[in-house]
Amino acid sequence: MTAQNPPALGTSPATRRNLLWTLVRFREAGISVFILILVVAITLRSPSFLTVDNFEDILLNISILTIVALAQAMVIITRGIDLSVSSMIGLVAMMVAFVVKEHPEMPVLFAVPLGMALGAVLGTFNGLIITFGKVPPIIATLGTLSIYRGLVFFYSQGTWINSFELPRSFKLLSKGTPLGLPNMVIIAIVVAVVVYYFLNYTRTGRDIFAVGSNPDAAQFAGIRKQRITFLVYLISGLLTGLAAVLWASRFESAQTNTGLGFELQTVAAAVIGGVSTSGGAGTVPGVLLGALLLGIIQNALPLVHISPFWQLAIQGVLILVAVVTDNLIVRRAQRTRK
Amino acid sequence: MTQTPETQSASLIKEFAPRRSFLADFQRWEWLLVLLIVVVIVANTRLSPHFLDARNISRTSSDFMELGLMMLPMAFIIITTASVDLSVASNLGMCASFMGWLFMHGVNIWVAALAALALGTLAGFLNGNLVARLKLSPLVVTLGTYAFYRGVAYVLLGDQAARGYPKAFTYIGQGRIPGTLIPFSVALFVVLAIIFGLILHRTIFGRYTFSIGNNENATLYSGVPVARVKIILFTVSGFMAALAGLVLAARFGSTRPDIGTGLELAVITAAVLGGVDINGGRGTIVGTVLSLLLIGLMRFGMGLLNIQGQVQGIVIGLLLILSILLPNIAQQISSARGVRINWRSALISLGILAVFVLFFLFFFWSRAPVIAGG
Repeated sequence: MTAQNPPALGTSPATRRNLLWTLVRFREAGISVFILILVVAITLRSPSFLTVDNFEDILLNISILTIVALAQAMVIITRGIDLSVSSMIGLVAMMVAFVVKEHPEMPVLFAVPLGMALGAVLGTFNGLIITFGKVPPIIATLGTLSIYRGLVFFYSQGTWINSFELPRSFKLLSKGTPLGLPNMVIIAIVVAVVVYYFLNYTRTGRDIFAVGSNPDAAQFAGIRKQRITFLVYLISGLLTGLAAVLWASRFESAQTNTGLGFELQTVAAAVIGGVSTSGGAGTVPGVLLGALLLGIIQNALPLVHISPFWQLAIQGVLILVAVVTDNLIVRRAQRTRK
Repeated sequence: MTQTPETQSASLIKEFAPRRSFLADFQRWEWLLVLLIVVVIVANTRLSPHFLDARNISRTSSDFMELGLMMLPMAFIIITTASVDLSVASNLGMCASFMGWLFMHGVNIWVAALAALALGTLAGFLNGNLVARLKLSPLVVTLGTYAFYRGVAYVLLGDQAARGYPKAFTYIGQGRIPGTLIPFSVALFVVLAIIFGLILHRTIFGRYTFSIGNNENATLYSGVPVARVKIILFTVSGFMAALAGLVLAARFGSTRPDIGTGLELAVITAAVLGGVDINGGRGTIVGTVLSLLLIGLMRFGMGLLNIQGQVQGIVIGLLLILSILLPNIAQQISSARGVRINWRSALISLGILAVFVLFFLFFFWSRAPVIAGG
């Protein structure tokens, strides 16, 4: 994505990495403080914000975002971007909802692997275009964003799947609470733990950082760059497929515009959470905090009587603030280290 | 005015750059586009008798002018930065909404339009400064402003729509040049395309554009004000997005905050399909105009065949990907001579192919009830 922006003169890849990690740590602390201030400020204006019920509501709302944002983070760490996630959600949700509706006799748990498999196929398509076709990720996924959305319309012929057409067991898939917390919150936590372990303690996970940090060095070190790049888009499809099933279950419907514009939220959560768009840096806790911040803002706007129409503008400002501060910090750190 | 090092080197560039004829600018890619246009015209004429109707074409052609207006500066930005301005459609929405908002609050429509143009230019200037001064990736910056500008549009209009624009204003989007079938917006586009083409291919500024795209550091060290060039490009892109917003609002006769959503995809597609190299440094305005014509004819033809707009998106998305993918693959094939068949990779390829076949079998199998029902 930013191959034209090599590290500044005089910084070896190693120091550049250290700088980026300082940044990530700073970001986690900074965003935590920001969230705390926000929570206090909102609670002062609207005491009903800081209740268990409302907090559970926020968790429920950010579960899907968290899952996809983690996938998005992995892609961004390799210097890529996956803009097609929103259309993948739309397409997979529609296909799964159709199957569930037409085959109520099917065990409802089957919907989860089905959605993940469908998502993985779409992710494979992205990965192939990007690695073997050498199409820049932004262009490739911008194209599939449009293709997959078109397929949704082609598939459903413009019809919707409504709540009454879906079996109750499918709707409970995301919202049931057999373990105390809603299932989707637990699924999101499991995904976060697995991704955390994968990124930090497996060889492939470390390779993802290596490829993002310095693609050429990674290649010389014997890492198969193409394969890692392909893998992150595959994972992105897989996790987005899972998110799509949860989406259809939570909102009890599949519509032609399901997920429209969602890609922006996932990128926002990752970037605000400190995932560097120049690749090679990012953490799972950071992404979780980024998603939490977006969730709190979304939840609090109506409570403090601000029109929900402000949400998109605030998101944009947060992305800009995040990248500009990153940039300033890296520059300052570079100057002081010389 | 004294000669600064910049103008000196520029005059050198001018002296040594070979004068090329118009036809020499016409490269293989442009001829391919011409061929495709002919194919599309022939195919569509056979598929629908209404395709070659002058009134129809006149009416449809204005549908693509917003796209064209934003495509011209986008070509410059891709050539220079090897990146794109993702915020153009949001900027269009913000400016159109701002104009509508002012109009609803009793401001004269022309004053409102001028204010919208100023806002768009300012928005582009902001993009340019973030990119050039802070050295941020254009993609990330314009992704942020993509959300921000569209957000402002929603903040301004909410769930309302501005309407009731006077006829003199809607002429920009709906009117024709008196005595002809040529829509005003098409004439506007043609004039601007010629201006942009001349700037890109016949001026020092145009040479700077290519030079930065080919080797930014070398260009910087030869005294070209790289940052200033980039800021100018993004500012112009903002202005053109605002202009496209006025044209689109005039064509619809109303403004909703979601006006032009998703148009950035079509703009980028048009530029890239027109032979503008996504890796920077190469491209022609003639190519982009031809690709706009091709996309317009294809969409018009699909519209006559009653294909839904979103399904047309499949074709546009494929076009975008294929226009980069095919040249890449062709290059790979031509550079890999005498490759022996690698059984392992052949097996993997077959496996992946099987997965896609299975996907589409499932796609059509599970979709069967839709077709049976509707």
